[in-house]
Amino acid sequence: MPGPDLLSSQGLRLDGRRPNELRRIRCKLGVFTQPDGSAYLEQGNTKVLAAVYGPHQASKSKSSVEGVVVNCQYSMATFSTGERKNRPRGDRKSQEMSLHLRQALTAAIKTELYPRSQIDIYIEVLQADGGAYCASVNAATLALVDAGVPLRAYACACSASMAWRGAEPAPLLDVGHVEEAAGGVVLTVASLPSTGNIALLELSHRLHSDYFEIVLSRAMQGCRDIEIILDRAVREHLAEGWTKQDIVTI
Amino acid sequence: MWTTKTFLTKTKRGNVLKIVREHYLRDDLLCGSAACNVCPHKDDELVLDANPESICGLFDYNHYLVLDTNVVLHQIDVLEEDALKNVIILQTVLEEVKHQNTAIFQRLLEIIGNKKRNFYSFVNEHHKDTYVERKPGEKQNDRNDRAIRKAASWYASHLSIKNMAERFPQIVLLSDDENNRKLAQEEGIVACSVKDYIENVNGYAGLTDKLSKNVIPESCSKDALYPAHLTPTQIHAGIRNGKLHQGTFHASRDNFLEGNVTVTGYEKSILLQGHIGINRAIDGDIVAIEIFPQEEWRQPSDIVLEDKAEDPGDFLEEESQLLNTKKTVANDDICPTGKVVGIIRRKWRQYCGILMPSKFPGATRHLFTPAEKRIPRVRIETRQSDILASQRILVALDSWPRNSRYPLGHFVRSLGPIGDKNAENEVILLEHDVPHARFSEAVLACLPPDDWTIPEEEIKKRVDLRSICVCSVDPPGCTDIDDALHARRVGDRYEVGVHIADVTHFVRPHSALDREAAARATTVYLVDKRIDMVPDLLSSNLCSLRGGEERLAFSCVWEMDENANVLSTKFHKSVIKSRAAMTYEEAQIAIDTTSRNDEVATSLRTLNALAKKLKQRRLDNGALLLASPEIRFQVDSETHEPLEVQAKRILDTNSMVEEFMLLANVSVAERVAADYPQSALLRRHPAPPPANFHTFLKAARRQGFELDVSTNKSFSKSLNEAVIPERPFFNTLLRIMATRCMQQAVYFSSGSKTQEEYYHYGLACPIYTHFTSPIRRYADVVVHRLLAGALGADATHAALLDARAAQALCDNLNYRHRQAQLAGRASVALNTHILFKNREEIESAVVLAVKRNALQVLIPKYGLEGPLYLPSDKFLYNEEENIQICNDIILKTFDELTVRLTLDSTNLQHRKLVFQLVTPFIPGVSYEKEKADDDKMDVEIVEPKTNVKKRKEVSEPKKKKKSKK
Ligand SMILES: [Zn+2]
Repeated sequence: MPGPDLLSSQGLRLDGRRPNELRRIRCKLGVFTQPDGSAYLEQGNTKVLAAVYGPHQASKSKSSVEGVVVNCQYSMATFSTGERKNRPRGDRKSQEMSLHLRQALTAAIKTELYPRSQIDIYIEVLQADGGAYCASVNAATLALVDAGVPLRAYACACSASMAWRGAEPAPLLDVGHVEEAAGGVVLTVASLPSTGNIALLELSHRLHSDYFEIVLSRAMQGCRDIEIILDRAVREHLAEGWTKQDIVTI
Repeated sequence: MWTTKTFLTKTKRGNVLKIVREHYLRDDLLCGSAACNVCPHKDDELVLDANPESICGLFDYNHYLVLDTNVVLHQIDVLEEDALKNVIILQTVLEEVKHQNTAIFQRLLEIIGNKKRNFYSFVNEHHKDTYVERKPGEKQNDRNDRAIRKAASWYASHLSIKNMAERFPQIVLLSDDENNRKLAQEEGIVACSVKDYIENVNGYAGLTDKLSKNVIPESCSKDALYPAHLTPTQIHAGIRNGKLHQGTFHASRDNFLEGNVTVTGYEKSILLQGHIGINRAIDGDIVAIEIFPQEEWRQPSDIVLEDKAEDPGDFLEEESQLLNTKKTVANDDICPTGKVVGIIRRKWRQYCGILMPSKFPGATRHLFTPAEKRIPRVRIETRQSDILASQRILVALDSWPRNSRYPLGHFVRSLGPIGDKNAENEVILLEHDVPHARFSEAVLACLPPDDWTIPEEEIKKRVDLRSICVCSVDPPGCTDIDDALHARRVGDRYEVGVHIADVTHFVRPHSALDREAAARATTVYLVDKRIDMVPDLLSSNLCSLRGGEERLAFSCVWEMDENANVLSTKFHKSVIKSRAAMTYEEAQIAIDTTSRNDEVATSLRTLNALAKKLKQRRLDNGALLLASPEIRFQVDSETHEPLEVQAKRILDTNSMVEEFMLLANVSVAERVAADYPQSALLRRHPAPPPANFHTFLKAARRQGFELDVSTNKSFSKSLNEAVIPERPFFNTLLRIMATRCMQQAVYFSSGSKTQEEYYHYGLACPIYTHFTSPIRRYADVVVHRLLAGALGADATHAALLDARAAQALCDNLNYRHRQAQLAGRASVALNTHILFKNREEIESAVVLAVKRNALQVLIPKYGLEGPLYLPSDKFLYNEEENIQICNDIILKTFDELTVRLTLDSTNLQHRKLVFQLVTPFIPGVSYEKEKADDDKMDVEIVEPKTNVKKRKEVSEPKKKKKSKK
């Protein structure tokens, strides 16, 4: 049976969360001065930095009259996992992640406003403890806000997986590394919660359609919870920014 | 809603790998006490009573108990008694127990689940006020003890909030760790040792008997009888530098001072002798041994040595008898020898046996003799020895200190009077590790209501076969009918259906019911008792395909031509209504009565005709027709005493049903293997290695038959030709012996073997599985789920695709099936003994095998077999020819003899059937009838005489080879 012990008899997960609870999220906008926008985000022990350049004029080959071209580059720090591993930039996994990020973020950006332009988004995972993709999307959204790129809505990503409490299905929100390793199905969703649109959806294994609905709705609920947290962070940052930060930089 | 403090727990694994985990602390966890005025409990969350009355004389106030980990690990038998209530089990304890002993963990969960016991499990590790962080340099154990004390004092202050002074329950911490108790007292927590607490409990007689005598074994160096064991670090170092070896200790059945350990790198297992050599290892333990230099290697002793009947006290007797065995014998018999220097892991379980009360009146220390001969006697303390002396009892081992001749244990429970049928059955079940407790509340809660009927919407989802004439054929008295059949003509073809009870409709994955069934793995059949895999409501009612009732089924339907060639195969879930549930005999009569032309009879005739063709085809392919002597008891319906034994009769209809079940299994196997290349559950039967046939072929050659065992096809063919017209039983006998040469068929998951290895040797088919008995085998339940998943008829779940989980499942299934078989045999033996209690019979017998000191004989009339011991002073054993010679009489395999059957009850725990030679007559060996017939009075005398003889046989050189049973 997959993860028979992911939920204790008292209904708590291994790290003490209840099934519908997110990990602790801490974030900060404008952590660097060099890029046009930047953000740092922690989701539990997963820690991600995002930086945004642009929009600026696109290189000839990429340029499109339809709208802005979003260019994503995802990478993981050598020290990001328990075992130190040299990760060449642009390996297969990173490329795949970059593509997925691009898909989610393109959906959020009002691309039609900037034809023949390009936005570069760099994401570095400093510490990986499950759900690196979700944290990357969330961090990138904040960095885009920080850069002042017009968005349709916040792009938020969250994962969910299946567990049972007795015979009752109890989907787990925001799956950590330990729960991921236990081998259950992980559903990852990137969405624009305020519009209800789904930008990306990924399943790690096969999941029976009977359970798909409840796992998906749990993940969507997570996206909405994250949106509230991101929104609060943005507002705090703006309030803070006018009073303190700008004075310092000026 | 929740506090988001993050704490980092750091653990090191293997080399230097730091694992950082999140640990959330909460403020919404409940204390579970009805006396609490703070937590927002709902009614069903109040587990602990508001006024828990004290049952212990030491405390005159209400209190809850908090236990430390060792109390749970050592005193689980005390906890299982109903005496202690209102106990707080901390998460710290729960996790440590789970880590150290899963069996005890399960038992603890069972107690917590029992509402009447008021055991509350408190999540102290995630509570913001009770979590403690490990201090730098602090041992994990010390941290956990501190966490337990912290939670105890938190409870004390938490319950005092808004409560009137002295009116709320106090906390008492039970711990056997003196240091921990001292620290607790310093922190203002009331602490008490388990022994003190339990000995002062009023009103629960016998509770003290269950206390574990848990002494740290190596600490008792005063008056030590045994050398000390090495510490784990010393053992580890020793194994690393090659001085020590690790292996599982197997005690000898015949000699309590001998045993062996199988060690990698040595062809022969290492012989251990004497108290010191064995040094407190118990059968099954994983031990560290030191191997002696080659000059000291010797031969295993040939003697039978039982531990003396009387308790010699704490000293070790002379072992000269054992150790003076000559070292001169041929080199072949020399074994490496060694001694146990440390225990790596104890594999103790609970043991059945009988108490041997001390000779001194009023003594509380007694010896216990386990039923399993490989286990040494155990010293237990009880005040109820008078009552227990006549009972079968269960005892748990606690420890084996250096200064105690015997291991120490404690009484767990009584199984019933010695000789009582239920008690004896219980012994069989316990000794074979058959889970047979009543189904728990959680399991029963998964069942549909008693009056469950098939809902309309379920019928709509299925193929409705209620109008088809389906019937079932089973042995008489069968209540768990899991298969039914139908056949009808459609055009110029036949439609044949096998309908299997749809157990998976009720046994849902992940449910408590499913987990219980998976653990049991199979229904176990004793002669007079059935231990169900799923509760009775399912096995005998809702799943059982009873005649005239609508039932859910999983159907396999073929289209066949008149030569029984399969043209197409369909699987689907269905609803059926069986026309009749018949016995083999009734079905046979229906077929044979030519005047019957109703639907059932025609259907049966079609099935029978097709089955014969299927069988012929199977045999042509090389399937083996094997035989094993199966015994059937006629059991008295009221007393459950066996009345008569007879060999089983085989009718045409038996093989008719079997044929279609085989076909269904093969069809399903092909389908699931195609859909689940990694995780399908299949069954294989490996071809036996040629060496297995060696003696069998020699014996057959002596009878003038040259058998070809190169392939199953040639083997089957030569078996068919090996017939002696004037000895009709000879061929069956050959087949019985051929069966003994076979390997065990096993379950496996498709990903773990190559396609060629899927082969089923006995059935001569390339792929096979079990689909047709989901009521009584868990393998079939899994196969049902796999097939349903493949068809889209039911939900798949991730475990179905998990190859590793599938293999683990197979291992358990194989183990349980083996144990179930052994338990069934033990039950047959038990009933045979009861049947022969007061009678003797003279019957004809045949020799199955020739051993060094005995003949293995079979009595065809009853299907009974056993050893016929031959005295070595009269008989000469010729190993080369495999015969026993006494003057001009030669005894060899296949010989027909007459033997006398009696029961030897000298040892209450090991009663056995005694076979005595009658003809051919050998003076001084054979049983002489005249003596007994002389006078009626003599009958009384004959009995003790034979007993004397038997005892002599016991001390005869023991058998060299274990009989393959
Ligand atoms: Zn409370």
